[in-house]
This record gives sequence, structure tokens and C-alpha cells, in this order.
Amino acid sequence: MIDTLASAVLAEPVNSPGWFLVHAIGVSMGIVGLIFFLGTAVGVVRFPDFYTRMHAAGKGDTLSTMLMLTGFGLVMMEDFSANSWLLLLKILGIVLFIFITTPTSSHALMRAAFEDDEMPLGEEDLNKLRKRRAKSKSK
Amino acid sequence: MKEWFAIIMGASLLVLMIPILYRIIVGPTGFDRILCANVIGTKTAVILVIIGTLFDRVDMFVDFAIAYALLNFVGAIVVSRYFNRTVPLQEMEKDKAKPRRRLKA
Amino acid sequence: MYPIVVFFLLLSNWIVFSGKFDAFHLGLGVVSSLFITWISQDFLFHDRSKTWEERMREAGAFLQYIPWLIVEIIKANLHVFKLAMTRTGYEEVAPRIVTIKTYLKTDFAKFVFANSITLTPGTITMLIRGDVFHVHTMSQFLEDDLMEGAIERKVAEVFEPDVLKRKKIKR
Repeated sequence: MIDTLASAVLAEPVNSPGWFLVHAIGVSMGIVGLIFFLGTAVGVVRFPDFYTRMHAAGKGDTLSTMLMLTGFGLVMMEDFSANSWLLLLKILGIVLFIFITTPTSSHALMRAAFEDDEMPLGEEDLNKLRKRRAKSKSK
Repeated sequence: MKEWFAIIMGASLLVLMIPILYRIIVGPTGFDRILCANVIGTKTAVILVIIGTLFDRVDMFVDFAIAYALLNFVGAIVVSRYFNRTVPLQEMEKDKAKPRRRLKA
Repeated sequence: MYPIVVFFLLLSNWIVFSGKFDAFHLGLGVVSSLFITWISQDFLFHDRSKTWEERMREAGAFLQYIPWLIVEIIKANLHVFKLAMTRTGYEEVAPRIVTIKTYLKTDFAKFVFANSITLTPGTITMLIRGDVFHVHTMSQFLEDDLMEGAIERKVAEVFEPDVLKRKKIKR
């Protein structure tokens, strides 16, 4: 019943140019998310210790997942029936869940690492690291 | 168009997972490993939605994605709890503040 | 009053996730929401001395807080991208640990503050002991925003305006 009611209220032809705009926004959000995920992946490999890697993973993971899921939710919309609205709502539910839980779990891992005597890099260690890298390059 | 977008997106996600997988295999500490497993788990939720688009059953696969995100979060919390030398709440209230060791700057 | 609100929140959650509107599924939803409300209604809304007007104001202020946070997240990602991909950015990496003391009182405000620190550029929360936050920062100049307390003031405007007022009078 609700389905027919909603489609009667919100009926719109599927191939109108508005849909192309929505899909283009969705696709571009997905691509931007992919670029941020590239930054995350490179950062996870390149950064020197666990805590700095956590910076890359905790931030990049949140935004790229949010962008990709929202983009897919927009690409998936094809009409204004109740079902597609519910689908978008569910996907936004996942986005909200990830938005809340990823910083929380990264904080939990951070605290566990800190209390497990994993020392963060200080200035001196970094300087040593840089010197060693410069030496190996000059050789 | 939708299918091609989904395929390209999923393939590039898989390719980008390789460096993170490298960090899981090589990673010097256990925390690096669980962190990278967590990242891959979050991305798996996205890949499940992509698979749903390809099979045209998004309404079903979105539920899988929700369950996977939930399990991923619980897994990260459980592992960090396991590595954590937990202080009981009362004792923590007693000697508030002060990390156990003084840090270098 | 509170159990009714919890019941309707759970029921709307059920409707969104089940996606079926016939009498059987809605009936199941009502029964299970009633059961969950009966056994665990005191988990949600911890501080019950607040009035409803206060809560509505908080919700509105929080909705205004979210767009600012999203802009900050995008800035943070651009920063991480710069550090990871370029050579000059990589030389900037200089991790340090900063200790700050907060004037936020309730647990939820502290939770939002810690998550906001984690999501803003260059900083990540390490350890919370009571009032003291230990924050791991990535490069030097990004601490200023944290140290002068912009995030903390924003969170306090949302959740604890009276604390902020008292502080202003003291100054």
C-alpha cells in the first residue's frame, strides 16, 4: 500500500536529466573515495612506525569508505519508490555506523598498543632514520 | 554503465588492497597486522555492496555488509582488549592521570 | 516517557532494516521492540535529569556540528595524502605526544571530543585518563588548532553550554 502511495506521490519519468546528474555525483564520489584510499594504502606502507600508520589508516579509511558507499547508494537509485528509498536509508545506516566506529576502534587499538609498551618514535629516532636513509642512498 | 562502474571500482579496490596485504604479512608488530586487517574488513563491506550491484540483489547484500561491518568492529575491539593489560575501573579512578612511564618529549 | 521513545526508535530501526510493510512483519517488529524495551530500556539516555527542550537543542546543535566536522575530515585526508605521496611532505613527519587537560564533564561529550580529535588533521587520541587526554600528533604546526582549544569549544557549545558560560565569567 505504502509503495503504491509513494510512487503515486513521487512519480517521475526515469530517464529525465535529473537522474544523470545524480548518477554523475555518485560516480565522482566513488572516484574521489578511491583516490583517498590510494593515499591510505601508500601511507600504510611508507610511514615509519605503528602510530603514524594509524594516522593514515584511521582517517583515510573513514572518509573513503563513507564516500564510496554514499556514491554507490546514489548510483543505485533509479526511481522514487519506497524500496529504493529504503535501500538508500540502509546504505546511509552503514555509513553512519562506520563514521562512528572507525575512530573508536582506532582509538582502542592505539590505547592497547600504548599500554603494551610499544614506544612511539621520538625526534632522535627519526633523525637516525633519515641519516641511515641518506647514507644508503649515497652508496 | 552501472555494471562497468561496479566492476572497475571493485577491481581497483582489490589492487589497492595489495599494499595493505603486504603490511599484514611483513608488519613488524601484531598491532600493524590487526590494523590492516581492520582496514581490509571495512573495505570488504564496500565490496559486498559492489557484488550486490552485479547480481542485482542489493537489498540482500546490504544486510551482509551491515553484519560484516559490525563483526569487523567487534573483532578490532576484542583483539585490542586481548593485548591490553587492563586496569580495573576502581583502581583507575584511584590513581587518575599519569601514564605509567614518562615519555620522551 | 523514556521507554516510549526507546520503543519508537527501535521500531523505526526495525522498519528500515526489514523493509516489509505487511501485518505479520510489523507485528513481529512490535513484539520484539517491546521485549527489547522491557529488558534494556535504561541503557539509552544515560542522564535522565535533562529536560526535553535541552535534548532538542542539543540535537539541533549537533546537526550543525556535523558539516564542520566533515570539512575537517576532508582536510585531514588531504593532509595524509600529501604526507604519503610527496617527498617534501614525507620529510615533514615529526611525531610527538601532547598532553591536554579538558574541562568537559560528561562521558558522551568526551567521546565526541576524542573522536573529533581523531578525525581532524594530524592528530589522533591515544589515551584518556579522567580529564587528561594524550594526543599523538603528526607534524608540528598542526597542534595549534588543538592547543588553543577550537575543537573543545565547539564540543562544549553543543553539549555543555553552562560550563562555557562559567569559564567566560572567570576570564
